[in-house]
Amino acid sequence: MPMSSSPRDLGSAKSGSHHWLAQRVSALALIVLSLWLVANLLGLIFTPFGNYVYWLKNPINAVGLILFFAASFYHSALGLQTIIEDYIHRACIRWAVLLMVQGLTLLLAVGSIFSVIFVALK
Amino acid sequence: MRPLSPHLQIYRPQITSVLSILHRITGFALSVGLLLLAGLIISAAFGEQSFDLVRGQMGTWYGYILLMGWSWAFYYHLCNGIRHLFWDMGKGFELSTVTTSGWAVVLASLTMTAVTWVYVIQRSSIVRELLSNANVQ
Repeated sequence: MPMSSSPRDLGSAKSGSHHWLAQRVSALALIVLSLWLVANLLGLIFTPFGNYVYWLKNPINAVGLILFFAASFYHSALGLQTIIEDYIHRACIRWAVLLMVQGLTLLLAVGSIFSVIFVALK
Repeated sequence: MRPLSPHLQIYRPQITSVLSILHRITGFALSVGLLLLAGLIISAAFGEQSFDLVRGQMGTWYGYILLMGWSWAFYYHLCNGIRHLFWDMGKGFELSTVTTSGWAVVLASLTMTAVTWVYVIQRSSIVRELLSNANVQ
C-alpha cells in the first residue's frame, strides 16, 4: 500500500467523511439559528403582514433568516441523502430520486433566500 | 454506498432503538415542514394577499395539528441531535447514560412543546376573547 494514502481515502465506503462533518457543522449552526428563528416567529404570530415586512427590513433578521435557510436546506439535503441511500436499493432509481430531491432542495433554497432579500429591500 | 444493518423489525423495541428511528422520522418530517416554511416566505415576496392565503392555512384545524406535530418534531430532533453531538465527542456511551439521556430528551422535547403552545394560545386574541367572555358569565 502506498504510504501517501491518507486514511480518509480508505474504508469500505470510500467516501463519506465530508458528509459526516458537514452534517455536524450544519447541526451546530442550526442549534443557534433555529432557536433564534422560533423565538422571533413566536413574537410575530397573529400579527399583520406589515409586521413581518418590518421585521425582515432589519438587516440582522434578514441575514439571520438567510443563514437559517442555507444551513437548514443543506442539513436537510444531507439527511435525506442518507435516508435515500438506506432504503432505495436499485441504483438507477436511487440516483434519480437523489437528483430530484437535491434539485428541489436547491430550487427552494435559492427561492426562499431570494424572497428574503426581495422583501427586505422592497 | 455505506454497508447496511439488518432491518428494524428484527429487533425488540427498546428506548435506544425507538429514539434512534424517531430521529430519522422527525428529520424527514422537518424537511417537509421546511418546504412549507420556504413556501410562506416565498409567498411574502408575492405580496400581502398571497402571504395571508398561505398563513390562513396555518389557522385551520389541520394547520394547528401539523404545526403542533412539527413543533414537537423540531424540539425532539434538536434535543436528540445535541445528544448525538455528545456521542460524536465520545461522551455518554455508558448504557445507563444512554438510557437516561434518552428519557431526558423525551421529557425535554415534550416540555418545550407544551411551553410553546401555552404561549401561542395565550397570545391568540381569539382565545383570549373567548376566555374573557367565559369569565363574565
